[in-house]
This record gives sequence, C-alpha cells and structure tokens, in this order.
Amino acid sequence: MRSVARIVSWIYALAVYGFIFLPVVVLVLFSLQSTSFPIPPFTGPSLRWYEAVLSDSRLTSALVNSLLVALISSAAAVTLGFLSAWGFARFVLPGSGLLRGLITLPLTVSYLIIGMGLLVLFNWAGVPKSLLAAGIGHVVINLPLCFAIIYSQMGDHQINIERAARDLGAPEWKVLLLITVPVMAPAIFAGFFLSMTFSWDEFVISFLLTRFETTLPVEIWNLLRSGLNPKTNAVGSLVFAVSIVLVVFFELTLLRRKPA
Amino acid sequence: MNPSGNSGRALPRASDTLPWALVTPALGWTLLFFVLPFIAMGLSSLTAHEGGGFTLTNYSQFFTNPSYWQAMVNSLEVTAIVTVISVLLAYPFAWILAEQVPERWQRLALMLAVLPFWTSYVVRSYSWLLVLAQNGVINRALTGIGVVSEPLQLANTRLATVTGFVHFFVMLLTLTIFANLKQLSPSYRKAAADLGAGPVRTFLHVILPLTLPGIMVGAFLTFVLCIGDYITPQILGGNNELLMPQLVMMQIGRRGDFPLASALSIILMAVVSVAYLACARWLKIERT
Repeated sequence: MRSVARIVSWIYALAVYGFIFLPVVVLVLFSLQSTSFPIPPFTGPSLRWYEAVLSDSRLTSALVNSLLVALISSAAAVTLGFLSAWGFARFVLPGSGLLRGLITLPLTVSYLIIGMGLLVLFNWAGVPKSLLAAGIGHVVINLPLCFAIIYSQMGDHQINIERAARDLGAPEWKVLLLITVPVMAPAIFAGFFLSMTFSWDEFVISFLLTRFETTLPVEIWNLLRSGLNPKTNAVGSLVFAVSIVLVVFFELTLLRRKPA
Repeated sequence: MNPSGNSGRALPRASDTLPWALVTPALGWTLLFFVLPFIAMGLSSLTAHEGGGFTLTNYSQFFTNPSYWQAMVNSLEVTAIVTVISVLLAYPFAWILAEQVPERWQRLALMLAVLPFWTSYVVRSYSWLLVLAQNGVINRALTGIGVVSEPLQLANTRLATVTGFVHFFVMLLTLTIFANLKQLSPSYRKAAADLGAGPVRTFLHVILPLTLPGIMVGAFLTFVLCIGDYITPQILGGNNELLMPQLVMMQIGRRGDFPLASALSIILMAVVSVAYLACARWLKIERT
C-alpha cells in the first residue's frame, strides 16, 4: 500500500516536471532545426538560426538596448532603494509607516496599468517614446522591490557596527561607503540581480513606451508576426540562457553565503 | 518588515536634513512616476476622446457595450479556471517535493521545477504556441499514434490561454506552497499520529488547514497577475475572444483612444481591489 502511494507520487511528480519542461525543450530543440519550420520532424542539429539571429542587426541592437536598460534602471532602482531603506531604518521620520507604504505601493499594481499611466502622463507632458521612458518605468517597478529587500535586512547588528564607526570619528559619508554598503552588500546584490531579471524580461511597459529603438522582448514580439520560425526559437533560447545565467549566478553568489 | 527591533534604544533623531535627503529621491520618484501618472490616467478617463470636454461616457460605455462587458466576463472566467487548476496541480507537487524527495535533493528539485519561470513572458507563450500549433508536437504525436485522424484546433483557443497561464502559475504556486509546507513543524504530524490519526486524516485535519492561508495568498497572487496579463491571451488565445488587457491595448493601438483605455484600466484595477478586500477579509476569518 505504502509503495503504491510512493509510485503514484513519483509518476505525478514526473508528469508535472514533463508539463513544466515540455515548452522549453520544444523551444530549444527546434532552435537547432536545419529547415525553415520549427515543427516535427526534427531535421537538425544546425546552428544556422543562431547565425541568423547574430547577423540580424535589429535583434543584436535590441539585445544591447535590453542589457543597457536593465543595467542602468537596476542601478538606479537599487541606489534609490538603498538610500531610502537606510534613511527609514536609521532615523525616526514622521509618518514613516505611511511613506514606506507609498514606496512599496507599485508592487500591487499590474505592469500594464503602470505602463498605461506613464503613457498618458508622457503623452500630455510631450515626452517622446524612448528607451529612457521605458527605463523610468522599470525603475518604478523595481524600486519597491529593492527597497523591501534591503530594508528587511537592516538589523541591530549593522546599526552597532555603524555606531562604532561614528564613535571613532568617521563622518557620515565614510560610515555609508566603508561600513553600511559592504555590510549590506548581499541584500544590495539581491535587489540588483532581481531587478536585472525583471527588467530584462519586461515586455508591456517597453512595448507602450518605446517606438523605433526598443528592447529585446518587444523585438521578439515583432518577430512573432511572421508566425512560427526557428529564428524566434533561437533568439528565445538565447534569452532563456541569459536569464538562467543570471539566476544561477544569483544562487551561487548570494544564497551560498548565508550559512557562513 | 520591522527593520531592527531595537525598541529599547532610540534611533537617531531626524533633526538634521540627512534623513530627508536619503528618503526624498525614492519618494519623489514614486510620486512623480507612479502617483502622478495614476492621477493623469484618472483625469484622462473623464475626458471625451473627441473634443476633450468632461464626460462619463468612457465608463458608461463599459456597462452598455456588451462586447466590453463580455471581455470582463471572459477575464474573470479564465482567471478563476486558471487559479483553481493551478492550485490543484501545484499542491500535490509541492507536497511531494517537500515530503517525498530526500532532504539534500530538495533544493535542486525545487530549482529545476521553477527554472522555466525565469524565461520571459513572450518566449514562454511562443513556446506553447509551438507545442499546440496545427502541426505542432502534440498534434503530430496524436495523429502519429492514431488517436485522432485530423489535427485538433488547440492554438488560438481559450484552452491554449489557460494552458499557458497554468504553466506559469503552477511554478509560482509550487514555490509558495513548498515554502509553506516546510515551515510546518514536524511535531504537528507526530502529535496527530500519536493521537491515532492515519495519514489521510492527518492531512485533511492538520496539514491542509494549516497551509490554507498560504494557499489563499498564492491564489490571490495568481488572480492579480493573471487578470492583468496581456501577452499570454494575445499570443495563445488570439483574437477569438478578448480578455480585458487585450481590450485595453486595442484602444491604444488601433484607435489611440487613451481616455477609454484609461477608464477600462481603472475598472480592471477596481475589480482587483474588490478581490483583494474579499480575500483579506476571508484570510482574517481564517486566522482567528
């Protein structure tokens, strides 16, 4: 009886794994197709569609744009998030709870609505659609995340180290740069990498707020108009690979440190 | 979220300008690029597309135009179906990962289970299109073994939209439910066993009620993310039946009708808020 239940649960788990990996396996497998349709039978392996992606200047420039927007917007989000977390954790501010609530509020609103709001505002203010506009939107969605992660990690221990530095005569900027930033580095990196992955993958805000120069998810969206195409598989596999590298790097650098 | 719990010692007073200098950039950013756009959207929703005078027609259209109303009904139906199926699939899966998989493999097993979670929305939906297409993997397999003679219409249906959503939310819910199950102390199970309960009764009367609040949080998250998503229904469902986000995007794309798009967005947000209030109350009752 026991072993039957065990076998059933293993079969169930394998079935769910199968469901989860089916689309990814199909995506990657048919990116290696040597003919023009990413449908069975498999005719590869061939790297011709990867070559096609890398020689397509629209895709490569969109890839560079995506990386730039992700890097810059994440750096901005983590800087604003860190400074405000430090301010709220270290000092008594009137209405602190309410103000912290305001900073985290965007987490509860869908990207579509954040993008719509910015589109309407920029339209009225005469701000043209651009990568900068999309980057501003990405800071809006990532700032609350960075703030929440860093704020939740600021504890007694860190305060005491800072106090010691101040007692020894360090000016405030030295405390910040030489004590707080290094001590908080794991939380700062966590905020930064999570922001990077979210910005890298984000579609709807970039779609609404950019026009000619755009990010990779939007460019992939444009590719979809031509229907099923191994080139889309190849670029999708590359995007997946970058995300996986970010996540694995994140796991190795941050989560490994914790037990120590 | 309590930063330090140093209630005994006073934090430095905010007498100087430093603390405000630290928090003002983040507050300013949020006010300028989150609160202000929201106000702009609210004002826009009350202006006429032609002429620009004050009007309520953007809202009244939603209630009088049956196709708009239908989009909301579709959205709510799809979201409800997705939430229920995802919870039912993810719970046993998370349970197996937390209870049956040996401790030292659990981390790897969980990481594998949520790996595709990190691909972009667009790529994930496109991948399902490959699987479900007329000549796709599933149809080739089914016709190959002779289950059906003609390929089934799988893509561009509600079924495809639901499949794409369920795929994403099974991963998300597995994460939250797994964390929930791991937080339970093993002594609950021992106590139940000592009192003579079998595995089934232990599960139904001890484990399930204790994990229910966590399930509700996950289900609410699913509801919010699902009802606001444009990509999955647009790529997988096509234009055969519209969901609310598709309707919103259509007003912007084809007609440049920002006021109507704003009004529809605000209605969509109102529905999410109502769901939040309903959910919050239910959770409170559950905790007492």
